[in-house]
Amino acid sequence: MLDMYKENILEHWKNPRNFGKLQNADSVAKEVNTLCGDEIQIEIRFNSSHVKEIAFSGQGCAISQATASILTEFVKNKSVEEIKEIRREDILEMLGIPISPIRLKCALISLDALKSAASKYENGK
Amino acid sequence: MQKLLNVNKLREDFPILFRKVNGKRLVYLDNAATTQKPRQVISALKEFYEQHNSNVHRGVYQLSEEATLAYEASRGKIASFVGARPNELIFTKNATEAINLVAYSLTWNLESGDEILISQMEHHSNFVPWQQLAKIHGLNLKFVKITQDGKLDLENLERQINKRTKIVSLTHVSNALGTVNPIHEISKISHDNGSLLVVDAAQSVGHMPVNVKKLGADFLAFSGHKMLGPTGIGCLYGKQELLENMKPFLYGGDMIKEVKFDSTEFNEVPWKFEAGTQPIAEAIALGVAVDYLKAVGMENILDYEKQITEYALEKIKEIEGLKIHGPFEAPIISFNIGKVHSHDVSAILDSEGVAIRGGHHCCMPLMQVLGISGTARASFYLYNSREDVDSLIEGLEKVRKVFS
Repeated sequence: MLDMYKENILEHWKNPRNFGKLQNADSVAKEVNTLCGDEIQIEIRFNSSHVKEIAFSGQGCAISQATASILTEFVKNKSVEEIKEIRREDILEMLGIPISPIRLKCALISLDALKSAASKYENGK
Repeated sequence: MQKLLNVNKLREDFPILFRKVNGKRLVYLDNAATTQKPRQVISALKEFYEQHNSNVHRGVYQLSEEATLAYEASRGKIASFVGARPNELIFTKNATEAINLVAYSLTWNLESGDEILISQMEHHSNFVPWQQLAKIHGLNLKFVKITQDGKLDLENLERQINKRTKIVSLTHVSNALGTVNPIHEISKISHDNGSLLVVDAAQSVGHMPVNVKKLGADFLAFSGHKMLGPTGIGCLYGKQELLENMKPFLYGGDMIKEVKFDSTEFNEVPWKFEAGTQPIAEAIALGVAVDYLKAVGMENILDYEKQITEYALEKIKEIEGLKIHGPFEAPIISFNIGKVHSHDVSAILDSEGVAIRGGHHCCMPLMQVLGISGTARASFYLYNSREDVDSLIEGLEKVRKVFS
């Protein structure tokens, strides 16, 4: 269980990248973890279907916060198509830590929000 | 520490306390969620299924008679344990179902605009049923505020109660803050106003002497699994004359006296409220749990829990950056460490074999009032030792280190 709190996870928890809100977001999506009531909101500004700026807000455990931080870094300049192709396994690989089944949602909540924001943008275009 | 009960001897009755978790001794501190079971209770379940299994009330053969006698004897034991008569005690699935029963049955007789008064500190089980039934019947649901120190604001209660308030429904002990509400005093206020008082006693029965008559409750709900009993069995106490005038909650077998094609005459209380086959083994085993609690002594349990909670508080207060919520009137300590999320606290403690609860504790409206997303919560029971508290403290020091 302690393996979950590796250096890089704690580093992102302490200094989350892309934390906050965007002024002129093209798409906003929020996901809630019903287990704990935690929320992650993702806001994206696109430039010809590529992520130009991205931000996340909300509160949650170290796993959900660190994942959001890592994931938002990862998708910068990526296209909507590329976002749609990100799989759950990719997230777990990015984190590089063992995640127990009960904490899986913590690790995946930001991906759900990200995909939701991407498809909202695609559908609204 | 004064010897109120022999914890080490008592622990031997709980087989689960001897298993390991993550290679460490199990330290179970989530007793407000559910308690562990002594082997006497586990044996009672096994014995019923191996020796007496049959359906109650209907069979004219020995097994069914044995099962019926044991089932009704258990009702009698549990009723007397809370100062009630056997026909005032209804078996339900749990405290949640007991509150739903009262809420559904009582609100039939209310008129649009009538009021129900609950509080900001209620568990969802004493919150959502009233909220939803208020919508169905056009009732106004009002909330007694809590004070800064996590107690029920009695002045606010007296300000809000009025002639339209038909039902007051409050928790005896808060599962999230450890507050013990002055039910006796609230009973006087409610009855002087002509309101009925429903008490959610899920966190009190099994932890302190509870007497429905002394408390002045019209209804009182509790869960078996939070007092050493099995899951799937709970109880509702209700004053007989009130129960007799209430509509049934669930319809079906066993709750009837006579069924015709166009009408049904219902059974007497309490069976009027027990439709279908009940969890018979569980009901009998809950009676055994009550025997166990009585043998240890409820006053002893209450005093022991106070001692162990005080010991824990003393130590927990020394941890840097730790904030405690609530008045510590029950064996429940709700806290946060700095910015660390309660689920991270739980996860790290789990790696040390320590089981605590993190999150909103089914009290999302209360968390909103407190302005937090959740807390970590350690809750104690009669089998928790000082060593358990020490393991908790060591684990919390580790949390602090990991997230420093």
